[in-house]
Order: sequence, then structure tokens, then C-alpha cells
Amino acid sequence: MTEDAGDPADLAGAPLLQIESVEKRFGGFVAVDGLSLDIKAGEFFALLGPSGCGKTTLLRMLAGFETPDRGRILLDGQDIAAVLPHQRPVNMMFQNYALFPHLSVANNIAFGLKRAGLPRREIRERVAEMVALVKLEGLEKRKPDQLSGGQQQRVALARALARRPRLLLLDEPMAALDKKLRESTQLELMALQKRLGTSFVIVTHDQEEAMTVADRIGVMQAGRLEQVATPRQLYETPASRWVAEFVGDVNMLDGSIAAREHGRLSVTTSGAGTVAAAEPRQPLTATSISVAIRPEKIKLSRRGPAADVGHADAINRLDGEIAEVGYYGGLTSYKIRLDAGATLLAKMANTTRLDVDAYRTGQHVVAWFSPDDCVVLER
Amino acid sequence: MSSARRIFTRPARLAAIAPYLWMALFFLVPFGFVVKISLSQSAIAQPPYTPLFDLAAGWDALTAAFAALSVDNFRLLMSDNLYVLSYLRSLTVAAVSTAILLLIGYPIAYAMARLPRGWQPFAMMLVIVPFWTSFLIRIYAWINILQHDGLLNKTLLALHLISAPLVWLSTDTAMYVGIVYSYLPFMVLPLYATLAKLPHALGEAAADLGASPRQAFWLVTFPLSLPGIGAGVLLCFIPIVGEFVIPDLLAGSGSQMIGQTLWLEFFTNRDWPVASAIAVVLLGVLLLPLLIYERVQRRQLEGGR
Repeated sequence: MTEDAGDPADLAGAPLLQIESVEKRFGGFVAVDGLSLDIKAGEFFALLGPSGCGKTTLLRMLAGFETPDRGRILLDGQDIAAVLPHQRPVNMMFQNYALFPHLSVANNIAFGLKRAGLPRREIRERVAEMVALVKLEGLEKRKPDQLSGGQQQRVALARALARRPRLLLLDEPMAALDKKLRESTQLELMALQKRLGTSFVIVTHDQEEAMTVADRIGVMQAGRLEQVATPRQLYETPASRWVAEFVGDVNMLDGSIAAREHGRLSVTTSGAGTVAAAEPRQPLTATSISVAIRPEKIKLSRRGPAADVGHADAINRLDGEIAEVGYYGGLTSYKIRLDAGATLLAKMANTTRLDVDAYRTGQHVVAWFSPDDCVVLER
Repeated sequence: MSSARRIFTRPARLAAIAPYLWMALFFLVPFGFVVKISLSQSAIAQPPYTPLFDLAAGWDALTAAFAALSVDNFRLLMSDNLYVLSYLRSLTVAAVSTAILLLIGYPIAYAMARLPRGWQPFAMMLVIVPFWTSFLIRIYAWINILQHDGLLNKTLLALHLISAPLVWLSTDTAMYVGIVYSYLPFMVLPLYATLAKLPHALGEAAADLGASPRQAFWLVTFPLSLPGIGAGVLLCFIPIVGEFVIPDLLAGSGSQMIGQTLWLEFFTNRDWPVASAIAVVLLGVLLLPLLIYERVQRRQLEGGR
């Protein structure tokens, strides 16, 4: 979930899966465009992207349902591009589960084991083990349509795990579950993955889901990887404007660099005056840039921070008035129309039980944030 | 509120009983006549059977008419080989034809269901297109093809596969060709409907779990297409049992299907009561597979709940 919990650098040696400049076209449409990626053994990797970005096509190439037009896919160093799906040590959990409607829960789970030619007794034991793993005891004889959506999801997971694959592929595994169930299932899935040590590759368009479950996330757009990073890096140091805007909410202030000194950039923005921002780690090549600030990093107050808060001069203070208030229970979002013209989004946690929001529409406020909370991105 | 409910429920209730009304009016009542005639005696009269119900003659005449009904015709059916053999032949021909239809129809339906989506309506039209020509004309066309100097013999001779024309027409082979040709759409369409509905992902899931394409077919696709097989088999088997035109035009005169025997009794012998008895027994014979199918389907539904 966080870097320290499962730093991919700590995971052993050579990658389990190597995707090398893989390309896939459908007619004139390039679904996957020369993509390279390494996935380590025991890693929980999420492919995140909007629909049509090629993430499902990539997953289907890993499963063997599509063949790459160019490039190689190596599993344990062996090229599997030409290996048929039923001969790969890879299993997939399908988006709508694709459970066999005519088979019971037990027989669905046993399906892959029987194909592997395991002795009957071992199959029985393994099915019982899987049923216990996904907590479906007592439902072994049911048919899929006698199960709830959540139970069907568990059968699909058990069936895909039964053959003990090196790599488990999950195609939007929680898309059909309601929010509450989805959240608890995500946690269970993580715990299960850690326990089994199997590499999981999950495809999802839900960034919260990717953030929650994955050790690393690959953000895909138009057949390419925009950024591969841990959830925290992805959120706090997005590599591009596109990633910053796709993952979470963000305020973008477009401007140009006016001065740089002591690791601080002074940016002249069109709608928020001059903003101080921390110098990015990678050198900038363009002067026309955007300053990205996450809404929860922006603090609001009536008069701005007291002068003794840190280095007062290093703090950005922008005057404006509240344009819109949105109450979400745990937090409240404020839209602030700055006197300089831009609109900022700020989110504040509701840490106390109050009858009213801290600020009301039309009220004058100072929005402030530190230069270190700003991410400078090239435009 | 109650008036609103009445407005909504009355048409709904009418719609619910409409099929029963239809059945009663166009099946049960005529069938009642047939049953009554099957219990009557043949007579040289107009209509050619006795007794007749004369409602105007009063209650006594009616009870006398009922008393005159007898099951003699059914006894005749059981005692005379001609009828038993006709029934047996009908059932055999229907069973063999249905088996051939399934063997030919399943691959066609399977191939159709796997065509790209855009092509499927076209393939379906190709299956239905023969219906645009009269059934009789198409059977006569087969007579043309199968006769002594017909297309088939000419082709085989031209290809030097045979040295003298073979006899095709008036054989069982010709009859089976005619039946299979005529009933193929009735086998293909329900099978196609079932197969096209199966999610593509099921096949992929089977492959993903280590099933070869052949195993995936026999373990997943085939069992899931059983409802379509049931529907196709019934749609073919039942009308073929009663088939009259195709065996009459294409088969030899050696043995008769029950439809031909019925026609003979009705038109040649003018024995309406025996003909009616044949029809009543035929319905009884056909009801059996229908009931079995219904029972199986209900068990599947209950099992799926």
C-alpha cells in the first residue's frame, strides 16, 4: 500500500514478467504502443487508465487471448508470446467472472485442476482449501446463479487461484460490486496476495482501487505508460500534467518561471499572481510550466497564517472569496475565486462536529500553501 | 384507487387468458370433434359416420348416441399390423432424420454464432431464404434433381464416379434428403439462438483454466447448448412424425409413414372414424416426448434457482 510496506526495490532479483516494447494494433487503431514494463515476483501491480487506453488489451496479451504484433513478453525469462492460453502458468479473473453456469461452485473451482490432471483426492483437498480461502464454506454445491454478486466474485477468484499460477491477472475484478463491498474486498484481496506471494496484475479504471491495493501503479494512456510509480509517488510527484489530473483532484496554475533561487522557483501565473514553488527534482527544459497543488494541501483562513508560521515570506497567500461549498461528510470542499482571477479547489477535513461549514459562500478568505506542496510540471 | 387498479388489471387479465382461449377455440374444440368421430362407426352417409349428435332430438337421443360410441376403431389400430408398422416407421424416420439434422445443424449453428457480429444477420437470412419459395416447389425441385436423368445422376456420370445412372428417387435416401433439407432451419435457428447467447468469455475462461479447444467445447459449450438442442429436436421430431408430403413424393411405396396411412383411410377408404382414431393415437405418441422435455426443462429451471 505504501512504499515502506512493500518497496518493490526490496523484492528479489530478476523480474518475473518482462514486457519488452510490445505493440498491438486492431486495424488502424494502436491499442498498445511499444510498451515496456517489468513486474517483479510477489508484486501487486495495477494498470490504471481511462477506458480505451489499452490496459485490458495488455492484460489479454499476458493471458494469451491476444498476440502482440511486435515485442516480447517474457515470463521467468521465457518468451510466452506464442504459448496458447491453456498452456500458460498464468490465470485470469474475468471482469464479469465468466463462471460456468452449469457447474457448481466446487466444480467451477475444480475445473482447472481437472484439466491439469491432478489426482482426484488432491483436487478435493485443493477445492476445500480454496473454498476456505475465499470463505465460501457451505456453498460448494450451489450453482453460480444461486449466489450473490460478492459470492460469485469469490468463486471467480478461487477458481483463478486454484491452479496456483505464477501470475494472476484480474480484469476489473470489483467493477460489479457496490462501494462498501468493494472496499472490504480490496482489503481482503491485498491480504490474500501478501499471504500467497503470487504476483497480481490488476486492471482498473478506479484510481482509489489502484491506490489501495497496488504496490506499484502503471498509469496508461493511449497505449503507453505515462508513469510507473508507487501510489504515493504517483499522487505526490506526478510525472506529467496528464497524470496529475487523472489521479485525484488537482489545481493547475499555468504560468512561466520568473526567477529561481535557493531551490525556489518564482512563477508568474495568469490567474493567481506570483507563486513560489519548490524546484522539481528533474531539470526543467521549458519555461512555460504549470504549478499543481492538491486541494487538501490548500489551507484556508480569514486573515492568512500568522507571521510566525515557518518562514512567512516563503508561504503563498492568495486572497479570494468562497464561490461554492460542498459538504461530503468527512470533508468539505470549497471553491475559491481568487482576486487575481483563477479558481482554486480546497478540501478541509471536518475534524469537529459543527452545525455549519467553516466558511460560507461570499466570504473573503486567504488560501495559503507552502512551496513544497507545489509540483511544477512542464506544459 | 380501486378504479385505477381495475383499469390496469382488466387488460392484463385478458392478455393472460388469451392463449388459453386460443387453445380452447382452435385446438381443444376441433380435437373434441376428432375424438368423437374416432369413437363412431363408419357409414355410407354424409358425413360418413354414425352416430350423429342431434341436439334438437332431446336428451334421450343424446344419451343413446353416447351409448353407441365405441372404442372398436382403437382396437383395430392395435390389432392390424399396418397401423403399428406405420407408427413405428414414422418414429424411426423421425428419429433418424432428427439425428442427421442435429449432426448437420449443430456445426452450422456453431459456425454462425462464431461469425463476426456484423455477418450474423446475413447468415441467418441465408438460412431463412428457402422459406420464400413454396415448400411444394422445393420438393418438386428435389424430384428433378434425384430422378433417373436428373442433375445428380448427370453430375456423377460427368465426373465418372458412376458408369450407369443410380436410382435415387422413390428411395428412403431421397426421403431423408427431402426431410433433412426441409427441416434444417428448424434445427439451426434454435441452436443458433442458444449458442449466440453464450458469453465469449466462458470459452476464454475454459482455455485460461487449461482446457484445450476440444475440451472447452465438450465441457462448456455443449452442455450449455442443451436447451437449444432440446428445442431443435422437438421442433423437428414432432412434425416429421406426422410428415405426409415428403415421404409421399420422394419415398418408395414399400412402407408408409403414419401420415400417409391416415390420408389413405381418410380420402381413399373414406373411413373417417379410423382416420380420427389414428390422429388421436398419434397425438398421444407425440405428447410423450413433449412431456419429457417439459419435465427436463422445469428441473433445469428449479436447479438454477
